[in-house]
Formats: sequence, C-alpha cells, structure tokens
Amino acid sequence: MCNQTVCLVAAELERHGISTVVIQLLREVAERMHPPRAIFVPFKHGYPLDTPNDPQRQHAVIGAALRLLEDPALTPPVFAEFRAARD
Amino acid sequence: MGHLNEFSLPVKLFLKAYPWRKIEPVSWAPLKKPLSHCRLALVSTAAFVLPGQKPFDESIRGGDFSFREIPDDADVHQLTESQRSESFDHTGIHQDPNLAFPLHRARELVQRGRIGSLNPRHLSFMGSITAPGRLIQQTAPAAAQLLFEDAVDVALLVPV
Repeated sequence: MCNQTVCLVAAELERHGISTVVIQLLREVAERMHPPRAIFVPFKHGYPLDTPNDPQRQHAVIGAALRLLEDPALTPPVFAEFRAARD
Repeated sequence: MGHLNEFSLPVKLFLKAYPWRKIEPVSWAPLKKPLSHCRLALVSTAAFVLPGQKPFDESIRGGDFSFREIPDDADVHQLTESQRSESFDHTGIHQDPNLAFPLHRARELVQRGRIGSLNPRHLSFMGSITAPGRLIQQTAPAAAQLLFEDAVDVALLVPV
C-alpha cells in the first residue's frame, strides 16, 4: 500500500507546483495509478534504496530518480527503470 | 523489482483485486530551475517518528492517514519505524533508516552541490493505508500546502 500512498501524495504536491519523483517497488501499482514520475527499483519491499549502510548504492538510486526531474523532454506519466550495477 | 510473489497468498489476492486509485488527470509540475538551486523535501511512508512524537495509530480502520514532520536536523538514528505492515522485511530499515528516509544521503547531495538546500522539515507517513479517502481529501493536501509554504521545489518520495 506504501506504493499507492507515495503516488497520491506526489500527485497533490505536483498540484501545488512541487516537482516530484516516487520510488516504486511494484510496477503494477504505478502503471494503474499514473503518478507524475516514477522509477521502478529491482529490490524487495523494505529495501527501496537497495542496501542498508551502503551510501554508494543508495546514491545510485537517488541519483537516477533525480535525473528524471531534469529531462525536459519527458511527459507524464514518466516511468523509468533503475538497473542496479552489481559487483 | 519488488514483486507480488513476495507476499503471502491472501495478501497477493488482496493486492490483485485492490482498486488502486488512478490519478486523473496526471498532475505535472516541471522543474523550474536547476536542481543545484532547488530546495528538497523527503517524504517517507515508513511511519518514522521521533522520540516524543505521537505514534501512528494502528487501530484506525483503513490506516492512519496522518503524517509527522521530521526536522531537517533530526538524528536519523533516533527515528523509530512503526509501519504496521507485516508483509515485508523490516530488518533493513531498522539497521539503517536512510534506506527509506535518506536524510544522510540528501545532506551529502547538498554538500556536493547537486541539490541547493534541504527543507527545514520532511514528512513521514504510515503508508499502509487501504482506505485512502481521508489521505486524498485531507492530509495529502495539507502536507502539500505545508511544503508549498516552505517554498519546496522538489520532493523525493520513498515507500517501503
């Protein structure tokens, strides 16, 4: 249900002029809800930013999410896939 | 990818049948300036609370639709996660709250100049809300109004 909650809050923030990007753990939810910008991550629930106590991996997800905000060519709803680099 | 197969059969069936609320029309706020000049707020649905804050109420039918303000200077390790869902592994966010509320990462982005600044407050929701009407009608608009008044430019929203 968390995936739905972030989508609903994001929609309201955008209505107030605030640009948003949501992390999504379930593609099905975003595809049915249409949040403004979503990045799908390949991690299990409870691990939205990959690995605990691993700043580098967490930054990789956050960086990819933020880049969605910067592409002026994108139109809503924006769906992107994050692919984690593994050792 | 998180997947429905992570869940028990009853949860999986519930989620498959659940009427996810479609956002229509899709609201859209393009970035107005470079991120290096933007003010960022974090929104987490891991139900984090700080010592002294009112806990989320697990007894509310359909889920507690309120939110807590987390000051930007909060000690991340003081946060208590109180997500009521038993459908996922809570171990990771107990080890490192940044996993769902990346305050340390956000501070590092400001230090690097990638983000202009952090908002003085961030928001914590308890995301396990099966009846989101009051969230849609009341608390999401109230949260958005707060961040609008704070002149927040961008928000990163993190579920668990």
